[in-house]
Amino acid sequence: MRTGRVLLLSIISAVAGCSGNQAALDPQGAPAIHIEHLIIGITIVCTVVWLLVMIVLGWALLRKRSSDSSQPGERSLTMIVGSAVAATVIIIAGLTIASFYTTRGIGLPENAALTITVRAQQWWWQVIYADPDPVLSFQTANEIHIPVGQDVRIQLESADVVHSFWVPSLAGKQDLVPGRSNSLLLRAERPGIYRGQCAEFCGLQHTHMAMMVIADEPADYQRWIAAQRENEAIPTDQDAAAGKIVFLSKPCAACHTVRGTPATGTTGPDLTHVGSRQTIAAGLLETTRGSLAAWIADPQTLKPGNNMPMVPLNSVELRNISAYMESLK
Amino acid sequence: MKHSVVLNLSKLPAHGLGTASLTWWGTLAFMVIEGTGFALSIVVYLYLMSLAPHWPLNAPPPDLLPGTALTALLIASLLPNVLIARWTRQQNLAKVRIGLVIMSLLGVAPLIVRIFEFPAMHISWDQNAYGSIVWVMLGLHTTHIITDLIDTVVLTCLMFSRHGDNPRRYGDVSDNAMYWNFVVAAWLPMYICLYWVPRL
Amino acid sequence: MTTRHEGEDLRDRGLDEMELDRRLSQTWSTPAGLWGALSTVDHKIIGRRYIVTAFVFLALGGILAMAMRLQLSQPEARFIGPDRYNQIFTMHGTNMMFLFAVPVMEAMAVYLVPLMVGTRNIAFPRLNAFSYWMYLAGGLLLWIAFAVDTGPDVGWFAYVPLAGPQYAAGKRADIWAQMITFTEVSALAVAVEIVVTVFKQRAPGMSLDRIPLFVWSMLVTSFLIIMAMPAIMIASSALILDRLVGTHFFNPAEGGDVLLWQHLFWFFGHPEVYIIFLPAVGMVSTIVATFTRRPVFGYLAMVMALIATGVLAFGLWVHHMFVAGLPRLGESFFTASSMAIAIPAGLQIFCWLATMWAGRPVFKTPFLFVIGFMVIFVIGGMTGVMVASVPFDTQVHDTYFVVAHFHYVLVGGAVFPLLGAIYYWFPKITGRMMSETLGRWAFGLIFTGFNLTFFPMHILGLQGMPRRIYTYQPEMPWSGLNMFVSLSAVILAAGFLLFFIDAIRSAVSGTAAPANPWEASTLEWATSSPPPPYNFARLPVVGSLEPLFNNPETLPVASGLSVDRRELIVSSVVEALPEARESSPGNSIWPLWSALATTVLLIWSIFTPWAVVWGSIPVSIALIGWFWPKGTPEDDA
Repeated sequence: MRTGRVLLLSIISAVAGCSGNQAALDPQGAPAIHIEHLIIGITIVCTVVWLLVMIVLGWALLRKRSSDSSQPGERSLTMIVGSAVAATVIIIAGLTIASFYTTRGIGLPENAALTITVRAQQWWWQVIYADPDPVLSFQTANEIHIPVGQDVRIQLESADVVHSFWVPSLAGKQDLVPGRSNSLLLRAERPGIYRGQCAEFCGLQHTHMAMMVIADEPADYQRWIAAQRENEAIPTDQDAAAGKIVFLSKPCAACHTVRGTPATGTTGPDLTHVGSRQTIAAGLLETTRGSLAAWIADPQTLKPGNNMPMVPLNSVELRNISAYMESLK
Repeated sequence: MKHSVVLNLSKLPAHGLGTASLTWWGTLAFMVIEGTGFALSIVVYLYLMSLAPHWPLNAPPPDLLPGTALTALLIASLLPNVLIARWTRQQNLAKVRIGLVIMSLLGVAPLIVRIFEFPAMHISWDQNAYGSIVWVMLGLHTTHIITDLIDTVVLTCLMFSRHGDNPRRYGDVSDNAMYWNFVVAAWLPMYICLYWVPRL
Repeated sequence: MTTRHEGEDLRDRGLDEMELDRRLSQTWSTPAGLWGALSTVDHKIIGRRYIVTAFVFLALGGILAMAMRLQLSQPEARFIGPDRYNQIFTMHGTNMMFLFAVPVMEAMAVYLVPLMVGTRNIAFPRLNAFSYWMYLAGGLLLWIAFAVDTGPDVGWFAYVPLAGPQYAAGKRADIWAQMITFTEVSALAVAVEIVVTVFKQRAPGMSLDRIPLFVWSMLVTSFLIIMAMPAIMIASSALILDRLVGTHFFNPAEGGDVLLWQHLFWFFGHPEVYIIFLPAVGMVSTIVATFTRRPVFGYLAMVMALIATGVLAFGLWVHHMFVAGLPRLGESFFTASSMAIAIPAGLQIFCWLATMWAGRPVFKTPFLFVIGFMVIFVIGGMTGVMVASVPFDTQVHDTYFVVAHFHYVLVGGAVFPLLGAIYYWFPKITGRMMSETLGRWAFGLIFTGFNLTFFPMHILGLQGMPRRIYTYQPEMPWSGLNMFVSLSAVILAAGFLLFFIDAIRSAVSGTAAPANPWEASTLEWATSSPPPPYNFARLPVVGSLEPLFNNPETLPVASGLSVDRRELIVSSVVEALPEARESSPGNSIWPLWSALATTVLLIWSIFTPWAVVWGSIPVSIALIGWFWPKGTPEDDA
């Protein structure tokens, strides 16, 4: 049985692929690890059951029958069918109990010390690190940092429709339902970048609503928090400085916030530290000056139907504003 | 295949009554469908109530007078209804005709009272979820009264026509009476839900 | 010579075969031409029509699926944009569930149940005609809307608030919701007809323990329809009201609840899949019995399993909401109940296996499809047990794993038996045999194509691929498998194409079929292929579970029914003792008028609530026209 388990595991891992940072079978967090054990266990049991049924099917159809048409005993058939049903009941009960054990093992988000609020929007993730002292609170978008080895409670809210928060390498998913407050326990055992994606159909760009959860060593995490709490990095580069002027004069500030500037819009993601994030547009593009330019130039072609309108800019303005965005680390 | 006659059914009546009538069973099935719908509406009411901080939402409990008067009227209408069912079994054309006229009037009367029930809720359907569910519950039941009334009026006309004196028609009248029992019975839990649950 | 009393109608006693056939045909047949087609109430004509229409919708839904597979074959493909894609996957699911799967099962029942219980027509024949027109109208509403770019785009389960007034602009979601009304009215009507036919119109002597298993499965299914469909009627009506007149059922800001929609929808939605599956169970039982040449093992257990499944089906719905944020304790109950339903299903599988083991198999095409069902449905059942577990489900819910699961149970569990059933009953319905050769090829292609298309989706789900996405990024490890799946779908499509070709060719020029080509034992095989308009010249009298066992030469029958007017037998519920003769309504155009009037009311009410008031006037007129006696012998007997 053990070799079987190893064999099955290797098949599954091979199948899980190298880029396993969004895979239930490549778990890196305690909740996902519990679930992975259950997945493997149930899959083995179910595969064995299916094979047994197939063997009986094949035998029933292909067995040699004696040439006379005598019927085998109904009584013995009844006993066999009865035993099969009894076995089914036992297996079902066992699987149910295994499921309950896994649920119990996962633990409750309410017990976690650290709470991060995620407010889902069509089609991006607003991330709020609240602190009792408002000066220490900050917001970011589409990227969440958590300290390694700690339980984290993700408070789930929605600004519009039902979304679902799912980072399979760390935990199962949970919906964000307007009018309700759900929560999810996240926990990473190892540092790394874990990708997630919205898992409840939420409209035109449900497809492009990904997020990154980055697990940092505690020291790195504190550094990140401190950096995020800072207001905007004042641009030193010439292009970036010019870009800031463009940013403030165009409609950008109506939707976006850059703390420390007059831009305080809240419809779109907070851009105070956009340059420090791995991706933009909810996981659509890697954060580079070029992709920033492409996005700002024409968001509707890259992510048709999303809520960011195209703002006409000439090439100089575009170069400058993307330099500014990149500089907001 | 060759046929071998083993049973002679010539003496059987040409039309069954009661449980031997197909339309009786059809009426019963329809009652189950509509009854499930009524039950679900009560479940929705209780569900919304369980989520609310206080209930009713932004409204006082409904005035008791119109709803209670309607309930009394409906219960009273059961008496002529039971009588008409008996008369159909006796296939007494004259009595059935009178009974149908009375039931037609008794179908109109609750509709008039119901006109006063809607405002007695003190809430509009588009103010909040409480308003929405109480209007839908009243509307659902009102639709049943209206359709049963139309049925009754048509049957009244029918019983005064040349087609009237026929076992099949008596069966139709009897099925309609059975359905009216259901319309009244379905109202009772709705009444308790709408008028008394908010007062608990 | 015939015996006739003063003022009495002519009965079938003393008439010879030819005279009987002539008179009964005159009484029961549908006139040729358009008027006949529009006014027929013959369950066989309506049933055939229903089946063909449902298969047209299947083909349309399949084309939508091929479009989705084309778009998903490569990362960031640009064949179909997000708006159109969202319409396509919504249409695919909605079409398959509401316009194909449920109607086709009902249609098979409409055709077969009256024949199998030994009566001349389904109960409430005009209602049957009405239900077909309503079904057609609902289907046309949906597809015409899609053709003009107003198709619903909120998923087949139309979650609020996405489908609500704030986020779903235009009339797309309203069209979806009203289409539901059409199909639910249609399904409820047929369900009532089947219950009454099975309870009250069975051949004398067909007591409850002699009812064929397919009829039992349709009886249980009909009860599920009756108890489950009101939930979605209420849900879809509440949605239309929220969108049209400003109610707040689903608006949390004013006391409404987003999850209320999910509860109402899934309270219907879970029984819905059993509404689709249980008829298939009946088909499997029938085919297994005929092609192993013995009755199904464990008749009582099979009936109990059907009823248990039907009852349990109402206790599972929350398993569709395991990630919505409900309390853990409640969710765990639904894990237990969702796992428990595997027990009656397992019992049925074991009984079929026992039947096969104890019988003498004949490997014709219908039986091949049943074997395919066993292989595929059991896989679906296994993944069903997996998703029944809350923690397991939190990883695979809303991913391609679930897409794989439900296709395994729906295609394996319902479509395979259906295809087998078509091969099986085609001779009875059309009088011609389908091709055994093409049938084997179709089976092979469909079986292979299906598994190659859908098995990899389990893996894709476990690799993190969510559902209802119109594309995916190249960095994700999904490209290879998606291309494989899309190519495999071509094999599946080829198999279905072959099936359609076979069906059409055989209907036109297949070999003529005898009354009982499979040497089966249920009553529909005791009459010609196809049956005459009156089904049986004299209604059978039944003395056992297998009336045609061992190919008897004579059929015991009852006499004494009228030949001048449409007449059948009403019998008691339990013992099927004859209670009365009953007139069966003749052809009528009123069901069509009523359906037209109702269609106008329902479509108009998408745009204004006043449609309910004004539109109900033509509906009332049409219904009065329907029920007002016309002086025919059936009306005044």
